[in-house]
Amino acid sequence: MSLSPEQIKQVAHLARLSLPPEKVEPYARQLSNILELVGQLSNAATDDVAPMAHPLDMVQRLRPDAVTEEDRRDAFQAIAPAVENGLYLVPKVIE
Amino acid sequence: MANDNWEAVIGLEVHCQLLTKSKIFSGAATAYGAEPNTQADAVTLGLPGVLPVLNGTALRMAVTFGLAVDAQIAERCVFARKHYFYPDLPKGYQISQYELPIVSGGHLDIELEDGSVKTIGITRAHMEEDAGKSLHEGFVGQTGIDLNRAGTPLIEIVSEPDIRSAQEAVAYLKKLHQLVVYLGICDGNMQEGSFRCDANVSVRHKGESKFGTRTETKNVNSFRYVEKAIEYEIQRQIEVIESGGRIVQETRLFNPDTGETRAMRTKEDANDYRYFPDPDLLPIVCTADYIAGIRAGLPELPEAKRLRFEQDYGLSAYDARTLTSSRELAAYYEAVVKASGAEAKLCANWVATDLLGALNKLGQDIATSPVGADALAGLLKRIADKTISGKIAKEVFEAMLAGEGDADTIIQKRGLVQITDESAIISAIDKVMAANPGQLADYRSGKDKLFGFFVGQVMKATQGKANPDAVNRLLKEKLAG
Amino acid sequence: MHKLSLKQLSDSLKARQFSSRELTQHFLDRIGRHDPALNAYVTVTAERALRQADAADARLAAGGTGVLTGIPLAQKDIFCTLGVKTSCGSRMLDRFVAPYDATIVEKLDGAGMVMLGKANMDEFAMGSSNETSWYGPVKNPWDLERVPGGSSGGSVAAVAAGLAPVATATDTGGSIRQPAALTNLTGIKPTYGRVSRYGMIAFASSLDQAGVVAHSAEDAALVLQAMAGFDPRDSTSVERPVDDYTAALGAPLRGLRIGLPKEYFAEGLDAGVRGCIEAAVKVFESLGATVKEVSLPNAPLSVPTYYVVAPAEASSNLARFDGVRYGHRTEGAKTLQELYERSRGEGFGAEVQRRIMVGTYVLSHGYYDAYYLKAQKVRRLIYDDFRRAFAEVDLVLGPTAQNVAFKLGDKTDDPVAMYLNDIYTIAANLAGIPAMSLPCGFHQDLPVGMQLMGNFFDEARMLNAAHQYQQATDFHKRWPKGFA
Repeated sequence: MSLSPEQIKQVAHLARLSLPPEKVEPYARQLSNILELVGQLSNAATDDVAPMAHPLDMVQRLRPDAVTEEDRRDAFQAIAPAVENGLYLVPKVIE
Repeated sequence: MANDNWEAVIGLEVHCQLLTKSKIFSGAATAYGAEPNTQADAVTLGLPGVLPVLNGTALRMAVTFGLAVDAQIAERCVFARKHYFYPDLPKGYQISQYELPIVSGGHLDIELEDGSVKTIGITRAHMEEDAGKSLHEGFVGQTGIDLNRAGTPLIEIVSEPDIRSAQEAVAYLKKLHQLVVYLGICDGNMQEGSFRCDANVSVRHKGESKFGTRTETKNVNSFRYVEKAIEYEIQRQIEVIESGGRIVQETRLFNPDTGETRAMRTKEDANDYRYFPDPDLLPIVCTADYIAGIRAGLPELPEAKRLRFEQDYGLSAYDARTLTSSRELAAYYEAVVKASGAEAKLCANWVATDLLGALNKLGQDIATSPVGADALAGLLKRIADKTISGKIAKEVFEAMLAGEGDADTIIQKRGLVQITDESAIISAIDKVMAANPGQLADYRSGKDKLFGFFVGQVMKATQGKANPDAVNRLLKEKLAG
Repeated sequence: MHKLSLKQLSDSLKARQFSSRELTQHFLDRIGRHDPALNAYVTVTAERALRQADAADARLAAGGTGVLTGIPLAQKDIFCTLGVKTSCGSRMLDRFVAPYDATIVEKLDGAGMVMLGKANMDEFAMGSSNETSWYGPVKNPWDLERVPGGSSGGSVAAVAAGLAPVATATDTGGSIRQPAALTNLTGIKPTYGRVSRYGMIAFASSLDQAGVVAHSAEDAALVLQAMAGFDPRDSTSVERPVDDYTAALGAPLRGLRIGLPKEYFAEGLDAGVRGCIEAAVKVFESLGATVKEVSLPNAPLSVPTYYVVAPAEASSNLARFDGVRYGHRTEGAKTLQELYERSRGEGFGAEVQRRIMVGTYVLSHGYYDAYYLKAQKVRRLIYDDFRRAFAEVDLVLGPTAQNVAFKLGDKTDDPVAMYLNDIYTIAANLAGIPAMSLPCGFHQDLPVGMQLMGNFFDEARMLNAAHQYQQATDFHKRWPKGFA
């Protein structure tokens, strides 16, 4: 399995990673190698095998519906890159 | 529709905020209207290293909904991550359900205008977390993000494409809205976004079995807008196709000011959400006992309640529907019947007509009614025991609404007790007859219509307090001479 | 003082032979002297450490303290520490001062331990050599031209060189065990779900587990005891009492059944490393253990399985780093698209970007079944192999790594060669079982580690075996030249 430069660009876009043109080729080569490694999986016989999402055979625990968190906006926004009037700022979003 | 040859195919996706105190995966508050980001805790913000833990009440509410629409509750279901980048989605993914939703395969019956009943299938309902809000006003070239709403528990209820008109869509939505409010799992507040609807609309030629290309219209936050948006979209699609164009599968936004829909700048990754099971959450298992416990606690549903009201109280279908339109109203009515001991039909008239009419005028609803069920029962008790007439009762009711006290106080204070003492009524009749010799002569010579005149005069003479039955009977005897 | 065991430190502190402040200052001095050569710490929290030490001294003076009170440690910089920069080895979090404490930070603080600082690591724990850190590579104290292993390279370098008596670490595919092996330390990754993940910056959620690197099994047992336990804030945390790890250390090994997986001794294993492992097996036999060959037939598939599951989860876990609420934000982005792409492009290094892209690809529409679902199925095969093995034996023993520490820069251009470093360690993460590495000899004057793997929640038995081995050997007591 090898990835074309176009596929690399598409994946980088989907993952929101800027991709300088000179990096497309090396990434294409490296990712193709990784996918080749991963390709060994196709040889495994897994016809009747149930997928394993998790190592633990447990079920989800439920939390009581109670408000336990207090307002810590000031502390949380002290580490934010851009805030105004309590809102996080981003470049204008056009819907 | 422009053309009778066209048929619309509509499916609705309803996002219903669950009425929990805290968020679906954290202990932050969910109250509406707080200062921006004051209810965005570490988990809501998606800080590095934080983890979700499921709110048990959110699960219980989702199961409650499933049982109420006669659906399957998954014995085992899982949360999945749905990925897209958007500033109101803090983690870059929404925790939702994909392959294994909690609820699948239910239905809701709606009544059409012609009185027939149509069953709308409910494909599935899944649990997920709400996103935050983007605020575009007030900043130059910037958008402000408030994450208070992010993480509020939702169920997304997806209907089958069984709906064929905007009117059916509204009927379905109203029914669904009534149900979730009845169940106590949603406050139903559409202005605040607690109950939101996206409409998938396509059109096709009648008789065609294949679906046309559909659009999804978002941001429709009232029943009226849903109707308008769908009607607009149907018309638009017909016009596009008839003028030789093709419908593009896209997301559209309804603008309530213009009544039109327009294509949204699409979330480009919409077709590649990269769903996979959320490894921070484990499978949710609903045991038979757990489900049975919730089933046992289900409130009486609107449909069953309406039938019971018709049967037990002998109400008309219309009255029964009105009185069961909300759980609070139905409870109010039943409390009035029980406490007053008055005839169920009389109580129904008073609650459905007098009370609701008055509340409507006052801009109040049943929960904030200035006249409580016990107070109204106190009034109807006095009609039942003939202390006052129905007519006087209206006057007393007005006074009660004005806050003058309970029925008995007002009746006493205003001296409205009905006269049932026959000698007093006869004495009034005698006086009226003596004062109107001309009319008396005319009556006796055959002008029967004057009977009403005499009734009026007697009631006037007794300030309306005379028992109307007694007045009728005694007057007839006396006038006959 | 830096060569004393935790038990000895604890006894000395209680006997007031030295104070926690003196002990802490000793380590801070050593950090000042040696860390420039090693680069083990991203942040040294001297003031905070001395404050904690003073508090510990006050408690020690009052008596009735726990065994760890006043003992310093290094925290891997993957654990959120309130008010202290938590970088995860990334430019993305270069200025991220965490607004909360990870559960294990709370627990170790609560146990009276003194945090010396935050240990360097591969960026977001992605790496096997500690060369992907934004803060530069960490050097191996045994040979400064060689890597210390990764991703917990800072943690092991600090402990191996005596810049901390013990350190926390995390292991997603071998990030505790492989670096421990390369630096002559004892490192334990407990059962998945044994230690809370709350506040540990996620790499691959279904594989990540926190643990300890130390000079001995006894030291590791003491600290793991304080870290382990149920945490209601982590849905994957197990509600099950924690065994008494130290109480179990002294049990004799007579009757212990050890399995040697034949796949772990196949082609690729360096002969020198093999020799050390075989010698270790003899020691166990002499201690009364019985040894037999077992098979983990799907073990060769663990690397490919891991490089689907881990990048998939990582691509998702790292989607939150978008420059909006915290972390690196690019300058002057005009559109949202630019804000995302440039903040992430600048904030993440090459290896992290590679894994995000691999993960994004394998989860994509059209590839999910062939990669992700397939990997989940093979994961179950690997898990089933261990189930079968543990029906026959108590512990599985093998090498931790194929070779001794390699030179800096040797594998940085070849991701796949780097990934194969974890060939023996990944299976335990996929299965969720506990595993540890402990020193078992030297080859070309560099440390060799052996790996023990146990059944679910069998940490106590593993630590017991390791401790008994360490009573019979002294490899773990050797110290790198230049750091005495």
